[in-house]
Amino acid sequence: MNGKNHLIFFEPFQKFKITIANGILKMAELDYLKSSWKFFKSVKLSVILLLSIAATSIIGTLIPQNQNPEKYLNAFGEPLYRIFDVFDLFDMYHSWWFQLLIIGLTINIIVCSIDRLSATWKIIFVKIPPFNISRFKKLSNKEEFIDERTPKQLQKTYESFISKSFGYYRVEEVDKGFCIFAEKWRWTRLGVYKVHLSVLLLLVGALIGSIFGFDGYVNIPEGEAVSSIRLRNGAQIQNLDFNIRCDDFNVSFYDSGAPKEFRSKLSILEAGKPVLQKDIVVNDPLQYKGINFFQSSYGPLPPKELTLSFKNVKTGKIYSQNTTIGQEIELPEDMGKFVVKDYRKSVDFRGQNVGEAFLGTLTPKDGNSVFVLLPARFPSFDGMRKGDIIFSVAGYNQRYYTGLQVTNDPGVWVVYAGFIMMIVGCFITFFMSHQRLCVEVTKKGEKSVVMVAGTANKNKLGMQNKIKKISQKLIDLEKTSTADA
Amino acid sequence: MNSSYVLSIVTFIYGLAACFYIASWIFRKLLPARLATWTAILAVIGNTIGIVMRWVESYRLGIGHAPLSNLYESLIFFSWTIAVVYLVIEKRYQNRIIGAFTTPLSFLAMAYASMSPNISDRIQPLLPALKSNWLIAHVMTCFIGYAAFAIAFGISWMYLLKQRDTVGKSGLLSHFPLPRILEELNHQLVMFGFLFLTTGIITGAVWANSAWGRYWGWDPKETWSLITWFIYATLLHARMMRGWGGKRIAYMSIIGFAAVLFTYFGVNYLPGLHSYGAV
Repeated sequence: MNGKNHLIFFEPFQKFKITIANGILKMAELDYLKSSWKFFKSVKLSVILLLSIAATSIIGTLIPQNQNPEKYLNAFGEPLYRIFDVFDLFDMYHSWWFQLLIIGLTINIIVCSIDRLSATWKIIFVKIPPFNISRFKKLSNKEEFIDERTPKQLQKTYESFISKSFGYYRVEEVDKGFCIFAEKWRWTRLGVYKVHLSVLLLLVGALIGSIFGFDGYVNIPEGEAVSSIRLRNGAQIQNLDFNIRCDDFNVSFYDSGAPKEFRSKLSILEAGKPVLQKDIVVNDPLQYKGINFFQSSYGPLPPKELTLSFKNVKTGKIYSQNTTIGQEIELPEDMGKFVVKDYRKSVDFRGQNVGEAFLGTLTPKDGNSVFVLLPARFPSFDGMRKGDIIFSVAGYNQRYYTGLQVTNDPGVWVVYAGFIMMIVGCFITFFMSHQRLCVEVTKKGEKSVVMVAGTANKNKLGMQNKIKKISQKLIDLEKTSTADA
Repeated sequence: MNSSYVLSIVTFIYGLAACFYIASWIFRKLLPARLATWTAILAVIGNTIGIVMRWVESYRLGIGHAPLSNLYESLIFFSWTIAVVYLVIEKRYQNRIIGAFTTPLSFLAMAYASMSPNISDRIQPLLPALKSNWLIAHVMTCFIGYAAFAIAFGISWMYLLKQRDTVGKSGLLSHFPLPRILEELNHQLVMFGFLFLTTGIITGAVWANSAWGRYWGWDPKETWSLITWFIYATLLHARMMRGWGGKRIAYMSIIGFAAVLFTYFGVNYLPGLHSYGAV
């Protein structure tokens, strides 16, 4: 016996051993799969997950989300802040544990749906619906009545009546008569899967949006154009492959002072040329190349141009002149030079707030420069200086910047499809059912005994009423047809 | 005579209807029962007139919009929906005792709107964000849902009372619908409410997307409506898949309505986008 033979001798054994080992491994895997399948298909898990998501969601409504860390530190103090931070409670809807709950629910929905669908597949997709007459006979809520005619006379009338309200029907011969089986809306058993699928669509759409989309904002001063925006999470910049210009911004108010409308005139510029213009207001965004621009905020910008009014106290002459901030003007009557240096939104003067004001410097022909404060609201303010000239601001152009929310969400159509599917699915699931009807007519002497029974997979109470109604209609049918005769 | 005046009279008619329903339940007499139904119908008519008048008035003020834009207007619409849904149920189930548990809700909503010093009944112009056709769809669907949940809440209490007395000793409970029917009614109303709540949340999401470019932002009101949705979803799954019934479903329906109330009123005390609903 040589070594080779030896090996050959053992080879089948070896193979056998490997097969067994593989088998055990596979069994273990299968077991593992099976047990996790079992874990995820339980409705108990759905209930637990739904309620945990509901319960934990409350936290994020009590703690304002995504604020500055300082705000939280002030509100909660250091130790509590640390604990909250560990659990991501300041951005909890994007935290690992909340996402984990959602993933768990997703798997749960998928597994439950597949599990149930495979069990009910044969019921939903059949060519010839099976009927079991004894099942209908056992129903407690069946109706029975006696008709004066024989089954043969009744068959045609009943058939045409039932075919009107049921999509499928067939007639079968029974002992001493016939039996009509009818059914409708078998497909509504799929309604619940539609709802589940719609939830998945929402989640997939949201995922697409978060991976391929962006959400940012940009402030554009009137008359200026930008080609990039700032993203909302993090301080990243997103470049646009076009320019967007704010031609004009207007805000109007109601008499009560509440804002009425924010309106921005926007232009899209490709290679410096306007290709699209639109006025946007809240609820009516501009869309270009899949990117949406929403009116979201606005703010004042320091004015650049103003109209200055000044009076020579000695001669009594009053002048008016347009100027821009930083521009030095030569005053008439040899009064010297004046420059408006700056604009402030709010100025305190000797402990009194005088509101918006311009700051200027007067340099007389012979003498030192004098600081001049020009509050926009008080034209006679400069008179208090008791100088040779009284300055005031006759008017200025309020400039604004428009604040735009800029989003791109390629997943939104998937989400919308999910929305429609969810509403339709809920309607089907709640208010439509697979209804089955059985009308049996048997001969009794010269008359017929009619039995009407039916089942539905949902809303059994409603089906009972329906059976009563159908039975009543069949009785009425008898009257009218005998009256005709 | 303006709409606020009409609506404050309607408040008292609802109160009267509630009294008649309760009287007819306690004394089991036909007269108050009939009066109750007619008073409730009168209240609904008055309520409708009040809403239409308010709509017309807003156009006269030059700020025309559907009367669904603040807490006062939503409460008025809420009581209207509760009363209408209830009357449909009364007609269908031929039982007026349910009215003793639901018309008080219409009355309370109206009374709160008319009498609370914190709620202004002035017709206010619409803020820019509210100027959208989605406003009507969103508010109407939400409140139809809320009304169904409100009635389910009343019926759940009826169920809990009724099932304590299974032998039928108490005369007060003897004319209640059978527990089986109350349970079924509760379930039907929850399904009806759930469909409308779903539609309400969805129309709100579509609106948010057209106004702010995001269909979901975890704003407290959004989140609370989702919490409510989850509670009712749990109820539906527990009932349909695990065969829960009876007391447990009644309790869940009551908890669900508590979440509705918090979504409606409580959230106004939390920071967020939906501050329009506040006073």
